[in-house]
Amino acid sequence: MMDTTPAGPETSGVAEAAASSGPIETDAIVIGAGPCGLFAVFELGLLDIKSHVVDILDRPGGQCAELYPEKPIYDVPALPVVTGQELTDRLMEQIKPFGPQFHFNERIDSLSREADGRFRLTTDAETEFLAKVVVVAAGGGSFTPKRPPLTGIEEYEGKSVFYSVRKIETMRGHDIVIVGGGDSALDWTLNLAPVAKSLTLIHRRDEFRAAPHSVEKMRKLVEESTVRLLIGQVTGLEGANGHLSALDVKTASGTERIACTAMLPFFGLTMKLGPVADWGLNLHENLILVDTERFETNEHGIFAIGDINWYPGKLKLILSGFHEGALMAQAAHRIVYPDKKLLFQYTTSSSSLQKKLGVK
Amino acid sequence: MPANLIIPFRSQPPKSGLFSLKDAYATMTKITFIQPDGESQTVEAENGLTVMEAAKLNDIAGIEAECGGACACATCHVYVDEAWRDKTGKAADMEEDMLDFAFDVREGSRLCCQIKITDALDGLVVRVPAKQF
Ligand SMILES: Cc1cc2nc3c(=O)[nH]c(=O)nc-3n(C[C@H](O)[C@H](O)[C@H](O)COP(=O)(O)OP(=O)(O)OC[C@H]3O[C@@H](n4cnc5c(N)ncnc54)[C@H](O)[C@@H]3O)c2cc1C
Ligand code: FES
Repeated sequence: MMDTTPAGPETSGVAEAAASSGPIETDAIVIGAGPCGLFAVFELGLLDIKSHVVDILDRPGGQCAELYPEKPIYDVPALPVVTGQELTDRLMEQIKPFGPQFHFNERIDSLSREADGRFRLTTDAETEFLAKVVVVAAGGGSFTPKRPPLTGIEEYEGKSVFYSVRKIETMRGHDIVIVGGGDSALDWTLNLAPVAKSLTLIHRRDEFRAAPHSVEKMRKLVEESTVRLLIGQVTGLEGANGHLSALDVKTASGTERIACTAMLPFFGLTMKLGPVADWGLNLHENLILVDTERFETNEHGIFAIGDINWYPGKLKLILSGFHEGALMAQAAHRIVYPDKKLLFQYTTSSSSLQKKLGVK
Repeated sequence: MPANLIIPFRSQPPKSGLFSLKDAYATMTKITFIQPDGESQTVEAENGLTVMEAAKLNDIAGIEAECGGACACATCHVYVDEAWRDKTGKAADMEEDMLDFAFDVREGSRLCCQIKITDALDGLVVRVPAKQF
């Protein structure tokens, strides 16, 4: 599992620019760049449907890239063994001819229908899209930071407990505590040390998974007493009205109370359904209900493929999601090109398909 | 029972009843799971499975195993009873790294998808943490 990496200031700059120039108009929006979302781009592309792809993560691959990039998959047809990352790389190569546009580090928050039948979608970075069809390929849902199960933590979130920092300046003058031992914890330790009133890094052991050069830099700051390193685990929060004042930390020598007005816990990511639940789509146990002819939801023009959907007999397998993408694309074609007749073609023999693929 | 069964990814996992049919060749090993409230449940599991798989097949509460045993989620965290720590051995490096993502890690903390069941573990006792995360 990877950590969330700090979002640089440039990320929000790009999003603002996009927002100010009006909505992006496209044939299809694919929500989620996991294997099924990526292959959907291919199937749509063969039918001349152009896609924009949005994902919360900073790169393509969904679960395959985030949870098991190095691990082997044995049941992708014709690939006796392929790692999560290899599969992602190959899909990216396969869809290249269709020039999909990716919007990483953004989450689709809202989805609604316009008067002209198209869909308006908005991201958390305020990018807007207008699309003729929507393909929800949101997998297990949004990757979200894990919340430490500390009593009452919810009331501090967003006020003094943060899972990411957009602007370093907002952290100035705080007694900052960072919890964790991966790249996010170390990167933020290095980034925030200069503005903090005090900075304590808490980790359960004196070993760090983070990149060795960051660990080295952190150790140096500890030596200079700029940063305090505490080996232990946070067991309690102290504060009022959402504002933290102290933390209890269990260490080898007992429980210690340390001053803290801002805490950043980094315990990796987990998948939560997230905004998908709020779009008025019929759900079956937190999965989107679809038919098995078009993989369409209860909203005409909104499709759901891959791990996020459910129908009788559903298997959460990559190969099932690929099949779902192919059938979905046929149905999407009827919406994007209502007047065009769709001819069934093979990539092996169709010169028009081969032209699109750039091999002719 | 097929050794390559990936339990969490099938929308309808086979019912545990199927697996209690004793296969002539399979050796069954007893494992006890103790919940935070003290309730304990002893299950029989086939050698070669992992403790996580034994837990999932028997619907043990509190073992989530989101990643299906890939050592990628830390939601199959257990505390191995002191008497059994020598037999289960220590967490490998990859597992130690993943334990950073678990909550309230103590001595005896293991990710139980990384503990393979063998005869030597017959009678194993593990405690389920109050929260996986
Ligand atoms: C450890 C492990 C091993 C596995 N092994 C196998 C195997 O051997 N064979 C097999 O077939 N399958 C396997 N799987 C399952 C397989 O990885 C999934 O079936 C597959 O990843 C599903 O692909 P997807 O594209 O539907 O969704 P995902 O891969 O889950 O991707 C969904 C993406 O959507 C994004 N997203 C969600 N909501 C939003 C939103 N609102 N806005 C923007 N982005 C959003 C998420 O960030 C995510 O990146 C395994 C899974 C795990 C965890
Ligand atoms: S099941 Fe995910 S780490 Fe064990």
